[in-house]
Amino acid sequence: MDIIAKMRDVSLDELHPNERLKVDSHYLYGTLEESLADRATGAVNEADTQLTKFHGFYQQDDRDVRDDRRHRKLEPLYSFMVRLRLPGGRVSPEQWLTLDDNARRYANGTLRITTRQTFQYHGVFKENLRGHLQALDKSMMDTIAACGDVNRNVICTANPHRSPVHRQVYDLAHEISTRLLPSTRAYHEIFLGEERVAGGPQETGDEVEPLYTRHYLPRKFKVALAIPPENDVDVFAHDVGFIADVQAGELQGFNVCIGGGMGMTHGETATFPRLSDIVGYCTPDRAAAVSEAVMLVQRDNGNRHDRKQARLKYTVEALGVDGFRERVEEYLGESLAPARELPLTHNGDRLGWYQGEDGLWHYGLFVQNGRLADVDGGAQLLTGMREIAKAHEGDIVLTTNQNLIITQVPEARREAIDTLLADYAMTFETTPLRRHAMACVAFPTCGLAMAESERYLPSLIDRLEAIMHDAGLGDDAIIVRMTGCPNGCARPYLAEIGFVGKTLGRYNLYLGGGFAGERLNKLYRENIDEATILEELTPLIQRYAAEREADEAFGDFVVRVGVIAPTLAGREFHTR
Amino acid sequence: MSQGRLSESNSPLSADQARRLNDALADLDARQRAWLQGYLAGLEAHDAPAVAESPAATPGEPLTVLFGSQTGNAEGVAEQAAERARAWGLDVELKDMASFGKQDLKQATRLMAVVSTQGDGDPPDSALGFYELIAGRKAPRLSDEHRFAVFGLGDASYEYFCESGKVLDSRLEALGAQRLCARVDADVDYEETATQWVDATLEAFAALSGSAAPGPASDAPGSVAATYSRSHPFQAEVLEAQPLNTRDSDKQTLHVELSLEESGLEYLPGDAVGIVPQNDPAYVEELLAALRLDGEAPFEEGRQLRDALLNDFEVTTLTRPFLNHWAEISDDAELRRLLDEESRDELREWLQGRHIIDVLEHFPVEGLEADTFIRALRKLPPRLYSIASSQAAAPDEVHLTVAVVRYETHGRARGGVATTYLADRVSPGDRVPIYIDHNKHFKLPDDDAAPIVMIGPGTGVAPFRAFLQEREARGANGDNWLFFGDRRRRSDFLYQAEWLQWRKTGLLSRLDVAFSRDQQDKVYVQDRLREQAATLYDWLQAGAYVFVCGDAERMAPDVHQALLDVIREQGGYDEEAAAEYLRDLQQQKRYQRDVY
Repeated sequence: MDIIAKMRDVSLDELHPNERLKVDSHYLYGTLEESLADRATGAVNEADTQLTKFHGFYQQDDRDVRDDRRHRKLEPLYSFMVRLRLPGGRVSPEQWLTLDDNARRYANGTLRITTRQTFQYHGVFKENLRGHLQALDKSMMDTIAACGDVNRNVICTANPHRSPVHRQVYDLAHEISTRLLPSTRAYHEIFLGEERVAGGPQETGDEVEPLYTRHYLPRKFKVALAIPPENDVDVFAHDVGFIADVQAGELQGFNVCIGGGMGMTHGETATFPRLSDIVGYCTPDRAAAVSEAVMLVQRDNGNRHDRKQARLKYTVEALGVDGFRERVEEYLGESLAPARELPLTHNGDRLGWYQGEDGLWHYGLFVQNGRLADVDGGAQLLTGMREIAKAHEGDIVLTTNQNLIITQVPEARREAIDTLLADYAMTFETTPLRRHAMACVAFPTCGLAMAESERYLPSLIDRLEAIMHDAGLGDDAIIVRMTGCPNGCARPYLAEIGFVGKTLGRYNLYLGGGFAGERLNKLYRENIDEATILEELTPLIQRYAAEREADEAFGDFVVRVGVIAPTLAGREFHTR
Repeated sequence: MSQGRLSESNSPLSADQARRLNDALADLDARQRAWLQGYLAGLEAHDAPAVAESPAATPGEPLTVLFGSQTGNAEGVAEQAAERARAWGLDVELKDMASFGKQDLKQATRLMAVVSTQGDGDPPDSALGFYELIAGRKAPRLSDEHRFAVFGLGDASYEYFCESGKVLDSRLEALGAQRLCARVDADVDYEETATQWVDATLEAFAALSGSAAPGPASDAPGSVAATYSRSHPFQAEVLEAQPLNTRDSDKQTLHVELSLEESGLEYLPGDAVGIVPQNDPAYVEELLAALRLDGEAPFEEGRQLRDALLNDFEVTTLTRPFLNHWAEISDDAELRRLLDEESRDELREWLQGRHIIDVLEHFPVEGLEADTFIRALRKLPPRLYSIASSQAAAPDEVHLTVAVVRYETHGRARGGVATTYLADRVSPGDRVPIYIDHNKHFKLPDDDAAPIVMIGPGTGVAPFRAFLQEREARGANGDNWLFFGDRRRRSDFLYQAEWLQWRKTGLLSRLDVAFSRDQQDKVYVQDRLREQAATLYDWLQAGAYVFVCGDAERMAPDVHQALLDVIREQGGYDEEAAAEYLRDLQQQKRYQRDVY
């Protein structure tokens, strides 16, 4: 039964309050016009704070000054985190200049590459929203559905220019994103100032959103596509994953995975990160239809009472993997083929220079925590990239590990790029440990953060690097990820060493994730400070150096020697 | 008498008359002489036989005590005068210029007038109509039967000191009335002067009316009923002095909470607090150095000069009397030239941004005596701040919103005496001397259902916080509309969180803000008034009260003009009729201003 039919017998009062907000918003218009016109506050109306997410931005406030402003009888310093929809993470140099310009003009002067292959702006004030979005629009970019209970940015293994298959997969990411895009005109009318279509939002019926209906999804929905052996996208961490089947340079089809997701809540064992299950196989031309079918099954069966149980992974748990797959096949009108063996070996990025199949060169640039900024006396990543965008004709591509790739560089232009990289101090000698580390944003802007993340991880890595060096592991990689809360933006539950914030200065320590993103980790120590973190990890790293087998990753090692039990399914995440 | 004895040669009297009069006058004290002055004037005005009758039986014509008051000081003096007049047995009427017309003026043959001066020599808002009357062609013709005395209140640091008193004094004369006593211009430390003027003038009027016995001398100047007053301030504990602007703002505004516990002090929203500040010790040291005087030199009753300069005297603001005095002491040709009438513009320019210390340094005097310097100073006046709280919400507290004044001129960092005193020199737990300065002319309507429009940019918003606290506590259901403005929303929106909360609860029906530096074009509250013209006019038609508080120099006239424009455009009036509409509002006390 589809959601419209289902809702006929259900009162919105019984559901989570957000369900009513969605319905009452008249397809995401809400009172946003009024909110933007209100000069007395930097915030939007309370109900609108949920709706802005569907349009790609989150209301946040600077938590560093929250208390001080309260004493000064000022409202919190509200601003918006604006996230782009950028399927596959590719931008042209011209677009880059717009992105750079907007960062300086409308945001806090930095650009942040997210773990889902797009950009986030922080510190965009309400009065700058329209200007920002209109400038993006002029450059053929938007923020539609970048947050909210809709299909989010579709990600894929980086760099469409690496091979024809990479291009095909990238195109598919676009196709899926377009197919699952909300159809309401709200974004265009409210933020871009486009004319209101006759009838207006009040009178329109369910045909406005044929896919989503006025109920939209119970929760966010994420799609990822991976090209083996790389698993840079952490393909099992999303609601739907596609693993490309490439034979002799030809894309044959995809293994389809469903039911991944990171978020959980501290202390609630009914919530857990979950890796998706491979449920079958489809041909490339059916991938978008499969994505849609999965989304619709979730639309109609997802939990709309409890947002902590509303992700697709819980629907899979509720219906059973087979039960869910059967419904997908029913919506799709066909059966999925049996899955194939498609091994993935690692989830890191290719950094530095490498050559694509067409002979052009690509440069993978390490961007610590994805933050492009100009540091006083240090790296000038923002300005450096602007100069590269001015001098360069190829695309710039983002990775899901928060790095970027300067693509399509002819041999003759490599030196020029190298010079620019050097001139702006954009590259520096670093360890594999740091290059593989990821952190979410957390303080000061994220409202969910319980502990520091982006601002803290680099200094923790300094200390871990010293331990690695002393243990003779200076050239080895261990995947370290940190988030300021348990919602999992940096996918910490897939790390070999994961840190999840509990409170300022204290973290839960997770161990045992797989190096290729194929296994979740497990809680090892709870609520510990830095001294304890180092105390716990030093002997483990030393032991790893002494006892590891050939090519054995740290996550596999700690499981093998019994330091931690392996997590073989999401629902067993909390089992010690 | 100081002028010397009467004789045939210096008077129209015969030698005998002169001798007898000299004898009679010889042992009269000042008050008796003043009475006699009035008595003789009375003889002049009335037929001799009337005087012969018993004075008690014919108290004479009623005495009109007329006041034009902005903050209530002039009204206070007038009340004091009326009270004293009754004690003298005079038939007295206390009148406000706000409702004093042509006929009233014609009938006021015994007129004692007290009026204050605002800003650039303007009369109080409530007296604007009266001043238009006496200046215009419709002014009544008066005769020498009309006797008057004028007391002006002002601030000598302004160029047009006591201008409205001077204007009234000269206009009454020009209309034909006769001056009974010379006008007195009082500076900010007016209280003693006022008491002296009241007594001397009443004696003169009493004499005129033939009232014989003077009443008992009043011992407490002013009519303030409370125990604590300007001359006897309450030592209020500072509970909090919280900066309101963010650190990166170019403004500094303090929210100050003072304890009134056990003071018995009472106030209403719209009233002000007078703070008796202390001068900046660092500045006083500079002053002593410039004067080459010893701060520990004795000064009156075992006190030291430094202490007196810190606590008793205004030592920053320049006044013309000080300059005159200094010109005498220094005998400096340049300073004398500056004080010439022809140099008026040049002097005005020279005074810009200069304080007493600049004069001392610019025109130094060798071997100056402390007393000589002190005599040039006026008393340190208290500073008034509109109260930002309601006793209904904070019974034992009074809150103030203080813009801290700091700037640099002529190479020297300057600061407001009271504002830097509050910002830099007192901390929570310290006590500051305060009194309540009641302001009848800035009051919420008694009608809780009446809509109010509050226009208060910057610290002008202070009383409106009191208004809303009061209306909230009273459960008043009238609509409330606030217009606020400042430089930047994120850093300078005074009490933003409170307004937003009140808007959320519905107490504040509308909130319109203008932040001048948040966009390219500067936008001010008057622009928002014009934008909201239709709604604003609807509110006026629905009986709304309009309150304006804040800067008198630019904001108040701009807002006034905006209101006129709104009324003209929305009501379809011409300029004259719009002005009339606004005057009517003023008459009905539906347009009240507290501007400074």
